[in-house]
Amino acid sequence: MQPIDVQSVQAALERFVGDDVYLHLETTNGAYAAHRFGQPMAVCAYIRNGLVKFERAQIAGTRPYRVGLKMASGWIYAEGLTDYEVDGEGRLLLAGHDSEGRLAVALQLSRTPWPMGVLDEEKEVE
Amino acid sequence: MGNVEKTRHLLLVFPHPDDESFGKAGTVILFTKAGTPATLICGTLGEMGRNMGNPTFANRETLPSIRRRELEDACRALGVDDLRLLGLRDKTVEFEDPERVADRIEAVIREVKPSILMTYYPKYGVHPDHDAMSHAAVIAVKRLPKEERPVIWGSAVVNDAESILGEPDFVLDVSSVLDEKMAAMRAHKSQYQGMFSRMEEALAQGGAVRDEVLQQLTRERFWIYRIED
Repeated sequence: MQPIDVQSVQAALERFVGDDVYLHLETTNGAYAAHRFGQPMAVCAYIRNGLVKFERAQIAGTRPYRVGLKMASGWIYAEGLTDYEVDGEGRLLLAGHDSEGRLAVALQLSRTPWPMGVLDEEKEVE
Repeated sequence: MGNVEKTRHLLLVFPHPDDESFGKAGTVILFTKAGTPATLICGTLGEMGRNMGNPTFANRETLPSIRRRELEDACRALGVDDLRLLGLRDKTVEFEDPERVADRIEAVIREVKPSILMTYYPKYGVHPDHDAMSHAAVIAVKRLPKEERPVIWGSAVVNDAESILGEPDFVLDVSSVLDEKMAAMRAHKSQYQGMFSRMEEALAQGGAVRDEVLQQLTRERFWIYRIED
C-alpha cells in the first residue's frame, strides 16, 4: 500500500458509485489490547462481504483521512485512513496504520466477493 | 528440564500461524531433534491479524498467503513436516460448532496417534480463538478410550497463570536450541517485528536487560490438562 493520495482515492471511490459492491469494513485495537497493552478492552468489528450500493462517495480530512459512503438508506463511514492501494483486480483497499505499521481500520470495495480464505481460492483453482 | 526423550508422536493444535512457535518453539524443537515425528493442525491463517510487518509489507488481502508461507518456514525450523490447515477464519473459531471442529481434530488424532497433544490450556488462552481451539481439542481427546488419549500439554497466556493453575508441570530449559527457536519465531516476519521489537532492542542492549530477556526466552512452561471423566 502507499500513502493516500486524495485525488486518486476520490476517483477510485467514484468508480463504485451506483453499483453492487462487496464491502470489507473493519476496525480493531488488537486481540491483546487488554492483556498486554493496558487498554480497558479489546475492541474489534468487521463486516466481510456486505453487499452494498452507494450514491455518493467522499474522502475528507488531512492525513489521516475519513471516507463516507452515502447509501439510499444509510451511511458507511471510516476514520483514521492513511494508506491505499488499487490492486490488480481493480479492488480498492484503504487502511489506517499506526506508527508501528499495525492496522487499526480498513475499508475495502470490490465488484466480486472478497475471498474467505486461501484454501477457498485453491478449491476454485482445482 | 533441559532434555526430552523421543515420544511416539507430537500433535500441535493451534488456531493461528505463530501460536506453535511463540512460547513453545524450543520444546517442539527438543522433541523433533530427539526424533519425534510432529504434526501441526493450524485452524486459520490469521487473516485478521493487525500486524502487517514494520514497515508494512502486507495488507488485509495479501496477509493470509504471506502468513501461510511464514508458517511453512517456521515448520521447517521446528522440524514439523506434517502441516494440516483447517481453513477456518481468524476470530470466528468460537462461533463454529465445537463438535464439528473436534471432528477434524479427532480424525488427525486417530491417524497419527499422538502421545502428546500441545494446545493452549483451556480457558486460559486469552484470545477467543485460542480457547475455542483448545476446547475443541479436549472434546476430540475425550472421545478416545482413556488408554489411547494423548497427554495434553497446555500453554497458559494469562498473566497470572501460576497463581491460577499452580506451578507448571513442565518447565523446559531450551537454551540448547535457542538459535533454532529464534529462527522459528522470526519466520513469522509479518507478526514478529510488531510483537517483539522491544525484546529485540533489549537483546541488542546487552547486560542485565539482555540476561532477563534470555531467561524468559529459554524457559518454556506447560501445564498438563487433566480430563475429568
